[in-house]
This record gives sequence, structure tokens and C-alpha cells, in this order.
Amino acid sequence: MDFLSPMETTALLLSLRVAGLAIVVSLPLAVLAAWILGRYSFPGKTLFDGLVHLPLVLPPVVVGYILLITMGTKGVIGGWLLQTFGIRLIFTTEGASLAVAVTSFPLMVRAIRLSVEAIDTGLEAAARTLGAGPVDRFFTIVLPLMAPGLLSGAIVAFAAAMGEFGAVITFVSNIPGKTQTLPLAIYAATQEPGGDAMAARLATISFSVALIALMVSEFLAHRLRRLIGQG
Amino acid sequence: MLDVSIRQSLGRFQLDIAFTAEERGVTALFGRSGSGKTSVINAIAGLTRPDSGHIRIGGTTYFDSAARVDVAVEKRRVGYVFQDSRLFPHMTVRSNLEFGLRRVPAAERRIALGPVVDLLGLGHLLDRRPRGLSGGEKQRVALGRALLAQPRLLLMDEPMASLDAGRKAEILPYIERLRDEMNIPIVLVSHALDEVIRLATTMVLIGEGRVVASGSVGAVMGRLDLSAVTGIHDTGAVLDLTVERHVEEDALSVLAFDGGRLMVPRVGRPVGAPVRLQIHARDVVLALEPPTNTSLRNTLSGRVTEIAESGPSSVDLRIAVGESVLIARVTRAAARDLDLAPGRAVVALVKGVAFEPDMMGAGPARVVDV
Repeated sequence: MDFLSPMETTALLLSLRVAGLAIVVSLPLAVLAAWILGRYSFPGKTLFDGLVHLPLVLPPVVVGYILLITMGTKGVIGGWLLQTFGIRLIFTTEGASLAVAVTSFPLMVRAIRLSVEAIDTGLEAAARTLGAGPVDRFFTIVLPLMAPGLLSGAIVAFAAAMGEFGAVITFVSNIPGKTQTLPLAIYAATQEPGGDAMAARLATISFSVALIALMVSEFLAHRLRRLIGQG
Repeated sequence: MLDVSIRQSLGRFQLDIAFTAEERGVTALFGRSGSGKTSVINAIAGLTRPDSGHIRIGGTTYFDSAARVDVAVEKRRVGYVFQDSRLFPHMTVRSNLEFGLRRVPAAERRIALGPVVDLLGLGHLLDRRPRGLSGGEKQRVALGRALLAQPRLLLMDEPMASLDAGRKAEILPYIERLRDEMNIPIVLVSHALDEVIRLATTMVLIGEGRVVASGSVGAVMGRLDLSAVTGIHDTGAVLDLTVERHVEEDALSVLAFDGGRLMVPRVGRPVGAPVRLQIHARDVVLALEPPTNTSLRNTLSGRVTEIAESGPSSVDLRIAVGESVLIARVTRAAARDLDLAPGRAVVALVKGVAFEPDMMGAGPARVVDV
């Protein structure tokens, strides 16, 4: 990567790491939330739905601020984590992952929920009559059939996580090599005299990563749909 | 013995069904669309839960509200062939077939993949995906998949309703083979009378969520109120007969039952084989004495047991012929002039003989129209 400076390379790799960790950790939760929202009705469902989607409508800065006061070393959860496990999230790479995980979570849930709702419940009923219990059905019928939605949900959320700015800078600040992801590096570059060229290069990287992610997502989703007999 | 007695609130109406049926053969739940037939087999499968009642097969209780028994669907071992196949789209035909089989302990597997594939003619489809299969092929795979789950009972919900006549003719013989070669009780939901007559041993007539009549196909088809319940105007009794002999020089066969004999065009079944006939009410002429000098060959002696209006100018008469039942449709005027009333001895003349060309193949009963 000759055309990237060490600082730019660091920002790119850090962004990939932050977004990747966020997606891997939140994916199972997103599947669970999508499953509950797509299949069950219960009292308080609207509230639950609202909470899941809240990060989509809240200003990211507010998300970052909420994280700051709850997950900071003096926050209720942050203080407990620090004292019990010695885990510190504020001003760390893991904290950046948490921030982007929260803001991209609704996007992931939405995509997965659509694919859950598209699965014919009759297939699950058929699997039941053939002797498959709930866990068995989830892994043999539901999960394979929702795979395309899962994949596109994960990739869209990944791209969004790569681009998250407000929540990250508010919660974990802008520390090069630690919390300075691509958008934060672009912001930093625009603040420096003569940083325009660097900002432009970083923006191009951002643009390319996003485009590649979407193209890969489309391609894989198409292949997956073929694989599960729906395309 | 299959013993079903359930009550269930289904919004629009109340399901209140009770019937028992022999385990041998096919029990057909017959009635119009929306009469509650599918709700009954969904309850038997455990996919829905009745408000009260019981469901038993042999010594096994699936559901009993009084004893608080409600066996989970996946533990009931009930094979279910859905109207819309419901094959798993992400699996090959082979994986679909093996889905239930793999969930049964090896020691309890009586039905193996090979024989089922042969029985249902699925050999060339094994590596294909459900998407590319025809409707008839899909239903055969669904049938095989249900069979291979080693079911205690096989439920079929209008398995041929979504198929055109050609595809239906393709799958019917397979269901007949299943009935005749596998020792598994079958409960078939259908609103197609021809299917029921061709396949059923026991018939449960359902109307408005209730059992209107149940019993052998001959007994139920001999009822005069059938068309009122089913909306089907193709009234005609069903006779179970056996091939007594063939008269090769005239290309005729003589079929016998406890009420007499019928002579029909040569059937492609061996002597001693059972044959089931539907005799339409409009094809039965009544006389008070055996006619002489007539071209009609088939005369059966019987006694009128019931008379009911069937149209502005016609009446239907139920005639006991031996232990069997015939239905005759005559004009009201003729009934009056001949003084036809319950108890009256009559001679039934069966006119017009037509057969379905498909008289080949195995199985104890074949339907033909006389």
C-alpha cells in the first residue's frame, strides 16, 4: 500500500477491526432480536421494537453520550466492568466497537427480520411433524433459509459501522492508532492545514470499502439464494 | 383403532368432531371446503390444540384434556402430507426424504429409503432440488418424506387438490400402493368425491364442524342427505364387489356381492379381486317385477328403505340390496304411480355401463362407473 501513509493504513486497518468485531459480537444478538420480532407477538413488543430501532433515529452523538455516561469508568455498567473484570471500554478500540455495534444494530436487525418473515412457517410445521424440535428446526430450517438476509444485514451493518463518526468520537475520542477510524481520521485531516489531500485519499478509501462491501454482499446473497433454492 | 373426539373454537364456528375408525386402510374426512376437515387433522398432528376432548391411536394417547396429556408434535410420529408439499427448498430431494428418517433411532426404522424410492418412483429425482419438480413429483417426495419418518399414522391434507387431472392420475396409484403395501393407517382429507371413493375404507362426512355420518364408504354413500351436506349432486351409491368370473367370448365380467350379481365389460382384474363401483342414481331404473324382453342385463332385487325429495320433480330412493345400498332417482310422478314407499319390494335395473379405462394395476379396490 505504497500510496497510503502509515497513518492512513493504520486508520483503515483499525476501522476494519472495529467494524469486524462489532458485527461478529452483535450478529447473534441481532438474529435473536430479529427472530423474536419476526415470529412472536407479546405485550411490550412495540416498546422492544422501538428500543431496537432507537439508535437509527437518535443522533449518533447522543448514542455516544449515553455510552459515555453508562459505560465510562464512573458509569453504572462501565464501573462494574472495570472493577469486576478489569475491562475498560472508554478511549479503547473495543469501546469504538461497542459504539459502532450499537448504531449499526438496527440495520442488521431490519435486514434479518425481513428474511425471517419471508420464511414460510409451514416449513417449520412440516419439520415438527418430521420429529425436529425447536433447536433442531432453527439450525436445519430457519438459519439456512435466512442466510441471505443474515449476510446482507451483516455487510450493510459492517459498512455503516466503518462510517460511524458521532458515537465513536463522543464515546472513545479520536486517538490515532486506538480509536481513530477512517471517518475520524478524515475529520482530523480536514482540521489540519494542508490536510486536504490526505482527507481526499481517506475519503476515496472509505468510498471503495463501502462499494466493495455492497458488491460482495449482492454477489454472495445471490449465490446463497441459489444455494437454498430460492433464486 | 383411531379414536378422535375433540371440541375446538375456531372463530367463525365451533368444531365438534367425534369418530372412530379402523386402523387398517384409509379413513377419508369428506366435506365441503371450510367444513373443518383440515382442522381435525391439524389437531391429530398436534399443530393445533383442541379446547377439550381426546385423540388416541391404538394404545397411544396423543391428547386428552381430562388427563392433561398433550404430546408435542415432534414426538407424535405422525406423518403429514400437506396440500402444498412444503418440501425444504434448501435441500435436495434425498435430504428431504431423509429428514424425518435421520430423526428416528436406528432400531425403530422399519421403512427404508430404497423401497420408498422404488414405491414412489423417485430414483431419478434424488439429487434435484424441490424447485424444479412438477406438482405431482413434489407430492410424491412429500409422501416419501412423511413415510420415512416411520409414522404411526399418516395424515394427508388434500394431497391432490393442487394438481391438474393428469398429475392427479399420476399420484393416485401411488397412494393406492401405499394403502395396500404399507401397514400404516391413513387419514385423508378431501373434498373430491372420486378420490374418496377410490381410496377410502372408512368415510367420515363432515359438515359445519360436525360429523354428519361415518362408516364404510358404501354405507355413507348410500345416504340420501349427502348432496345437502356436501353440495355434490353426483348422487350414487357405492358397491364393493368381487370378480366372480370372466365371460371371455362376450368380453364381460361377472361381479358378485351379497345382494346379487352385475355383468360389466371385461375388467382387467383376476377372479376373486375386489372391485368398487359407483352406480349413479340416475342410472338406476325401478320396476315392480323383473322385466322380460329387455336389453338390460343387470337386475337386482331389493326393498325401498327411504325416500327423499331430490329436486322439484324428482325423488331419491334408498334401496337395500342384501347388506348393500343402492340409490335410484325417479320422478315424483313415477314414485306415486308405482306406490314406492319404504318397505316396498322393487327390482332395480342398472342401465348404461361405462368404465374408467384404468383398470390395471394392483390393489384391492378399483373404482369404475357402471
